[in-house]
Amino acid sequence: MVAACFLSKGLTTLVGLLLLSFGSLAASQIEDQAEQFFRSGHTNNWAVLVCTSRFWFNYRHVANTLSVYRSVKRLGIPDSHIVLMLADDMACNPRNPKPATVFSHKNMELNVYGDDVEVDYRSYEVTVENFLRVLTGRIPPSTPRSKRLLSDDRSNILIYMTGHGGNGFLKFQDSEEITNIELADAFEQMWQKRRYNELLFIIDTCQGASMYERFYSPNIMALASSQVGEDSLSHQPDPAIGVHLMDRYTFYVLEFLEEINPASQTNMNDLFQVCPRSLCVSTPGHRTDLFQRDPKNVLITDFFGSVRKVEITTETISLQPDLESMESRYKKDWMDEELMEPLKYAEQLPVAQIIHQKPKLKDWHPPGGFILGLWALIIMVFFKTYGIKHMKFIF
Amino acid sequence: MGLLSDPVRRRALARLVLRLNAPLCVLSYVAGIAWFLALAFPPLTQRTYMSENAMGSTMVEEQFAGGDRARSFARDFAAHRRKSGALPVAWLERTMRSVGLEVYTQSFSRKLPFPDETHERYMVSGTNVYGILRAPRAASTESLVLTVPCGPDSTNSQAVGLLLALAAHFRGQIYWAKDIIFLVTEQDLLGTEAWLEAYHDVNITGMQSSPLQGRAGAIQAAVALELSSDVVTSLDVAVEGLNGQLPNLDLLNLFQTFCQKGGLLCTLQGKLQPQDWTSIDGPLQGLQTLLLMVLQQASGRPHGPHGLFLRYRVEALTIRGINSFRQYKYDLVAVGKALEGVFRKLNHLLERLHQSFFFYLLPALSRFVSIGLYMPAVGFLLLVLGLKALELWMQLHEAGVGPEEPGGVSGPSPPLLPTQTVGLASLVAPLLISQAMGLALYILPVLSQHVATQHFPVAEAEAVVLTLLAIYAAGLALPHSTQRVVSTQAPDRGWMALKLVALIYLVLQLACIALTNFSLGFLLAATMVPAAALTKPCGPRPLYAALLVLTSPAATLLGGLFVWRELQESPVSLAEGWQLFLAALAQGVLEHHTYGALLFPLLALGLYPCWLLFWNVLFWK
Repeated sequence: MVAACFLSKGLTTLVGLLLLSFGSLAASQIEDQAEQFFRSGHTNNWAVLVCTSRFWFNYRHVANTLSVYRSVKRLGIPDSHIVLMLADDMACNPRNPKPATVFSHKNMELNVYGDDVEVDYRSYEVTVENFLRVLTGRIPPSTPRSKRLLSDDRSNILIYMTGHGGNGFLKFQDSEEITNIELADAFEQMWQKRRYNELLFIIDTCQGASMYERFYSPNIMALASSQVGEDSLSHQPDPAIGVHLMDRYTFYVLEFLEEINPASQTNMNDLFQVCPRSLCVSTPGHRTDLFQRDPKNVLITDFFGSVRKVEITTETISLQPDLESMESRYKKDWMDEELMEPLKYAEQLPVAQIIHQKPKLKDWHPPGGFILGLWALIIMVFFKTYGIKHMKFIF
Repeated sequence: MGLLSDPVRRRALARLVLRLNAPLCVLSYVAGIAWFLALAFPPLTQRTYMSENAMGSTMVEEQFAGGDRARSFARDFAAHRRKSGALPVAWLERTMRSVGLEVYTQSFSRKLPFPDETHERYMVSGTNVYGILRAPRAASTESLVLTVPCGPDSTNSQAVGLLLALAAHFRGQIYWAKDIIFLVTEQDLLGTEAWLEAYHDVNITGMQSSPLQGRAGAIQAAVALELSSDVVTSLDVAVEGLNGQLPNLDLLNLFQTFCQKGGLLCTLQGKLQPQDWTSIDGPLQGLQTLLLMVLQQASGRPHGPHGLFLRYRVEALTIRGINSFRQYKYDLVAVGKALEGVFRKLNHLLERLHQSFFFYLLPALSRFVSIGLYMPAVGFLLLVLGLKALELWMQLHEAGVGPEEPGGVSGPSPPLLPTQTVGLASLVAPLLISQAMGLALYILPVLSQHVATQHFPVAEAEAVVLTLLAIYAAGLALPHSTQRVVSTQAPDRGWMALKLVALIYLVLQLACIALTNFSLGFLLAATMVPAAALTKPCGPRPLYAALLVLTSPAATLLGGLFVWRELQESPVSLAEGWQLFLAALAQGVLEHHTYGALLFPLLALGLYPCWLLFWNVLFWK
């Protein structure tokens, strides 16, 4: 984007630089800063953090979610902009030897429950229906404000999910599942309703990469802790508490996030490198093809923090509308083009055009022994009963 | 024409079956026995593993350090017990209350059907004392039980001391999600049965007990502890329960992981774990352990308080501390730590133990055989009876269809009718009389003990046992008496019909028994099937008679006792074995009346009449 801008204006800036004196050099620097100021398109940040599993032995999922909550809050997103969904109460579970705490490091180094945690959806309220309603905004009018995702088209949303999952689904509360198709459709609804500017989706479950395979809405970046067919493993057990405290992927993500402060310039490429196979045993994956910007230009704080950009300047800056860069930015934006005429939902299918995916070939397996045996038995009985002489009429 | 409706084809099929029958039967029997013996060998045994997710892979750190406290409690308990002669109820109540539990007592009493010679008691009464540790932050909906049985002959004072020390330690922890009941019972298993019946509000054995004042919710698991001294060299675990019921395998797996973690030596059936399974020695030792387990499970006795818990679907184990002549000894702290770990892991449970197997056999503590792999053994044995029954059916129908030609009004049935009616009449008599003998065997011994003691110089227990044996032997004389009573124009083939009915009866009984108590079903099948299959009135009668007597249920019991003692490496002589046999008979009858054990009624009302039918077949005139 910046490169395109320079290409078009290179000549004029060069002439300007040559013509103007030291002061005009400073003026162009201010303009660069102004460009940088409007580099990312979001004005507010939201976070939806979901832990989907209950029971004491799933302590680590609650600890995962609370670690991300802690980082997100520390980097500036306020509780009013965080929707925290925890499927079980580990801190007050009768089996917790340290009540009112949830630890993420063994020997009780870090209590991620803290003093000011605000859980919005708790215990049995964490269901697939509630989660989808939060995302899409189809919420009954009586829902309190803290349970709503009041995002707009300039919001960057971080969605973090953890729990038990499989190939194409995530288990909620041991009784229901959400499939990757449902999730993709929910995100498409969000796009249609202009509920996000950019979305970062992180999932820490077994076979997590299957959950982002079906996304087809623009401006989504996705990370997962393991590929299809791999299990995500847990990190350390604590012998005093008697359960595993964290999952590996989120443990290393937390370590990475602890280094970030609101002024960090660390970008997404560094987040993709977190937890290589040697540490995580599973292979973390990511998906950026639906995302417009280059990941190396996306700051961590674009999603994990709520950075208020304030620049004080005494100079006058003339802002020019940057037509070419805007064109190049929305070139791939199908939805904006299709907004020209009213859109019926059925017209969006076939999805294959939009998501550039080839259908997966199902492997053909030869029929198993049981089927063969059954057919052999049937044929034997047939011919024994009716005589072998009939065979020549069949073949 | 179809395969089975074409008479020519059917006769050919019948001839084929009759010709192949004998070799098939022999093959099937050998296959059954061989399969059973192969159960101890690697492809059929699997390593045990933890199936319950909630009791998962993380170990907890145990912090129990109350060894001295346990010993001092044990000393006090032993002293008070010596002084009072029975369970020191007041002292126990005081101590439990001082440790911080809610204490309740329960008194019970019962008059046994006849005096128990082994425990020397007749009118039994006692008091159970139990303390409840309430979970600090949970509702009292579920509970765990730690029980120590105290009897007149086994004081078990060290176990009581350890129980009290553990209670004191547990009371100081805040992570309990279930209530823990610490139960001290008097009169061994009678006290445990009384407590369980009162807890679950049933009365199945005629025990009179006072109702329980304090309850703690549904019991999820129980551990019974028996320690004879304050240092142990090994811990022996008993799993077989009443009527051959077994606890969920996960409980045993849990105990075994803590044995491994604490480095404790744990044994099963008193035998050590075989170390290498690759050579022949490991599986052979496993076979010995397996045979011991089969014998113990077949006897249907509760081998510890845990056996009585199983009936209420409470998974339970009994842990016995053995002090032998080994060098390395463990003190009460080690045992206490293992128990603490077990209870802490059980605390994590959210549902009853149901993920692992309920039916299994154990060649070693870390190996098991699941029901899917051991059932074919008894299936092969019962196939022999099925084949024999099929052969008899075909022979009967050949005899019916062959010589008599259909000349009557209503088709082919009349020629069969005369033979059938006579056959039925001559069948009903032996059936009824055998069943009546079985009924007599069940009811008479206990009922007539007083009459017997008046006329003969014997004690009541001896009277019961001798009456049992007398009625059993009297059955042998039946064929002569019945055939004098029932005037028969019994055709030559009548014995076939009787044998057919007896075979089907035996197969049904053994199959039903094998489903719930595989060991009993297999033992009885292994001994009774050859005799039942071979019995016929023609041929060498004395030989068949000897075979039939040697494989009768009572002889199986006698033989089983000898084998059991042999496997435990303390073989008995004939005289001692006979005494053991008489004691086992008395215990069998007694346990049926006090705990509801089913071995005595099964043998008396089910298998003995069946065996008598075969005896009748053998002596058919």
